[in-house]
Amino acid sequence: MDSLVPIEDRGGPAQPLLLASGLRKHFPVGGGLLGRGRKVVRAVDDLTLSVAKGETLGVVGESGCGKSTVARLLIRLLKPDRGTMVLDGDPVDEPHGITVNELRRQVQMVFQDSYASLNPRLTIAETLAFAPKAHGLPAAEARERVRDLLSKVGLEPDTYAERYPHELSGGQRQRVNIARALALRPRLVILDEAVSALDKSVEAQVLNMLVDLKTELSLTYLFISHDLNVVQYLSDRVLVMYLGKIVELGPVEAIYGNPQHPYTRALLSARPSMDPRKRTHEAPIQGDPPNPIDPPSGCRFRTRCPFAEDVCARVEPLLAETGRQEVACHMRVAGSGHSKAAA
Amino acid sequence: MLLYALRRLIYLVPVAFGVSLLVFALVHLAPGDPISAIVPPDAPQEVVDKLKEYYGFDKPLPIQYLRWLAVTLTGDFGTSIGTGRPVATEVASAFGNTIILAIAATLLAFTLAVILGTAAAYAKSRIVDRLVTLISLMGVSVPHFWLAIVLVIIFSVELGALPPMGIGPENSTGWRLDGPHLAHMVLPTIALSVIPLGVVTRTVRSTIKEILNMEFVTTLQAKGMRDGQILRHVLKNAAPTCLAVMGLQAGNLIGGSILIETVFAWPGTGFLLNSAIFRRDLPILQGTTLVLAFFFMLLNLTVDIIQTMVDPRIKRN
Amino acid sequence: MTIQSPSLELGAPLVQPIATAGGRSYWQSVRRRLRRDPVTLICAGVLVLLVASALFAPWLGLNDPYKTSMIRRLYPLGSPGHLLGTDELGRDMLSRLIYGGRLSLFMGVTPVVCALLIGGLLGITAGFLGGRVNMLIMRVMDVFYAFPSVLLAISLSGAMGAGAENTLLSLTLVFIPPVCRVSESVTTQVRGFDFVDAARASGAGMLTIVRVHVLGNVLGPILVYATSLISVAIILAAGLSFLGLGVKPPEPEWGLMLNTLRQAIYVNPVLAALPGVMIFITSICFNLMSDGLRAAMDVKA
Repeated sequence: MDSLVPIEDRGGPAQPLLLASGLRKHFPVGGGLLGRGRKVVRAVDDLTLSVAKGETLGVVGESGCGKSTVARLLIRLLKPDRGTMVLDGDPVDEPHGITVNELRRQVQMVFQDSYASLNPRLTIAETLAFAPKAHGLPAAEARERVRDLLSKVGLEPDTYAERYPHELSGGQRQRVNIARALALRPRLVILDEAVSALDKSVEAQVLNMLVDLKTELSLTYLFISHDLNVVQYLSDRVLVMYLGKIVELGPVEAIYGNPQHPYTRALLSARPSMDPRKRTHEAPIQGDPPNPIDPPSGCRFRTRCPFAEDVCARVEPLLAETGRQEVACHMRVAGSGHSKAAA
Repeated sequence: MLLYALRRLIYLVPVAFGVSLLVFALVHLAPGDPISAIVPPDAPQEVVDKLKEYYGFDKPLPIQYLRWLAVTLTGDFGTSIGTGRPVATEVASAFGNTIILAIAATLLAFTLAVILGTAAAYAKSRIVDRLVTLISLMGVSVPHFWLAIVLVIIFSVELGALPPMGIGPENSTGWRLDGPHLAHMVLPTIALSVIPLGVVTRTVRSTIKEILNMEFVTTLQAKGMRDGQILRHVLKNAAPTCLAVMGLQAGNLIGGSILIETVFAWPGTGFLLNSAIFRRDLPILQGTTLVLAFFFMLLNLTVDIIQTMVDPRIKRN
Repeated sequence: MTIQSPSLELGAPLVQPIATAGGRSYWQSVRRRLRRDPVTLICAGVLVLLVASALFAPWLGLNDPYKTSMIRRLYPLGSPGHLLGTDELGRDMLSRLIYGGRLSLFMGVTPVVCALLIGGLLGITAGFLGGRVNMLIMRVMDVFYAFPSVLLAISLSGAMGAGAENTLLSLTLVFIPPVCRVSESVTTQVRGFDFVDAARASGAGMLTIVRVHVLGNVLGPILVYATSLISVAIILAAGLSFLGLGVKPPEPEWGLMLNTLRQAIYVNPVLAALPGVMIFITSICFNLMSDGLRAAMDVKA
């Protein structure tokens, strides 16, 4: 068995670390005789993204937009209905590529500090040692690695190794979650709402720790959150999702400084300002979030978009380059038929 | 709602088939040739062969099952080996007697259980709570057929106050709503109601206690609602779970009645089943089991549907 | 006869960390809680007494439980040489009650243990794998669930014939579906927790995940449920013997004794009721212990 050293870089900095194309995941919803309903939740539809080496890609969107599903698809906790994944040049789960297990050596996930993100019956040490031992690391080396991991996340090994999850605070548990993700020395770490459940001050500490770890261990991050400020703080590039689709994608300054998609604009303007002079006069977004079981035809955002027109219902907008970012909106595409678009 | 009921009914069909298969298999579980249950061992071979052909025992098992199923679905449950009468008639009359007992026991048990359970949940004094808990524990732990015997000892043997067995006085053929018949019903009803009483009391008590701890109750009190009105809200919230448990108990009552009926010689399905087993009267055994199982299934379905109606949160898929 | 479904019991979620001091593991704190509970301790004591007397019966210097005597029939309690009197065939009641404990306890505990192994395995498999496997297993269980347990036991025993082995078999079959259902429900709940996903994401094999992460969280509730079934099993086994479907005479067994002593209720009613008292006591103790176990494991912190 390999001694679990980090897997070497293969393609060089230009090759994306992870490239996912055309990912689709639909969940059948009950109804019908034996659960064979005709209704499906279109959680992720034809999604393509790439993550460059060493970057932090932020993924934002409201609840139900599919970002957690994307996370689980990328780490293969869910099997995509369609689509391919390529990790540093190697196709995943295909005859000439790497297996899902090998994928998991390089891609790991940090879960939200939910009630049951850590097994309440195992000590911290046992939890952290689980993955390395499952990959063949002998017990003594696993113990060493556990101590190493704990120090890296700022938890004193002698104090914390034999503790149980319920004896730890939220921030400490999250550090353990992060340590667990690092146990196999991955290259890409997916953080799914990793700091959302923490108090603000603790959140700040954990975020700074994440930044340090990234440099120290040469990691790449995929940071999923609904908290726009945190995403802005951490990310190099940002991806905005709505109802299973990407609506805007680009460098963080471009997205936050010059949002192109109406949804992105609405999200950003919904952030309360610290400046008492800036008052909010009207709701940034109208309407209710639509049903992912029956998304609107054409552009999925059109039911809440103040600029929706006929073409938006008929044709689905694809991601197109506009300046520094890519946007999926008819208004930004010349000749799309939208009144606001360039002719 | 109707759609849900329909879906559940359709869903029962494969289960019903499974049940019929199991009941059919019961006969073949019996040791030896099914024929040996019907004829004495020294019967001449031609008689045995003729009977085999008549009952269809010479055909392969799947065919036997299908034939039996087809016949049963028409309502013909066969003929009792012991009495020669159609099984369907015997089971029907016995079933009626069992239902009488079951209804009486259910009414007694559930009424008492709701009262006791609510009282225990609300009680400020720990003594009341402990007492009720003790009662329900007893109810759950007691072997009801033994309790039946004890009741007979106390009330029939020692006190001579109530009759020890039978559905009515000496010459009665069936149940009637009159004094002597009711007297015959008292002891079996009590014995039968003990276990459901215990279980439902426990459930009512713990359910209501949970609800009383919920925030909405505090809110109602803060709004100044009177205790009586709050109780209505509490009961409405407690209803779904308690109904579910009651339904389960009602169904189990059907099974539990077998032992009680034996002690009191009450001519219900349990008594019928018991005697059928000893006479090796397999058609009656099959017919009774089938009817009881289907009744139980339908009862569960009804409880499910009622529960869904009462608790809009449940969306079964 | 009832087999309670704990899914209908309200309470804290089945998997819950207990607030303990200083790094005690879950099972250690459960043990500590149990040791502090007087009711559980008393019941455990009584049960130990019963089991011990049953196990060591041959060495307790009792009268022969099989020796009949036509003269000394139905002697009352406190007769010389027969502390609890004699039964309808002149056999010593005390020794028959103690020897009867062997069979009654055995017939109660064994089916539950077997059902625990088989039903637990099926339920955990169904809960962990989900999908088609789950549907298949649970639908088969549904067929058995369509019968009230007593009916199923009696029908099965009735068809197979009387005898201890048949009773064990039919009782095991009766208890497999409830144990399976509870196991499946608990396993499905645990399966949905994030730490199981994390374990899957670490690339470990399925069996390892089940062994390390699932079992520890699942066995507790299943065991609690199984212990609550023991009292039901004892009563049911006694009931079957009472009907003549279980143990065959002249073996001493509490249910069977209740049956044969029925003829004595006019002559010596207390005697006739005695075997039932044993069943009652045993059943109460098991129920209380099961409750104590659940309370020890199920703390609202």
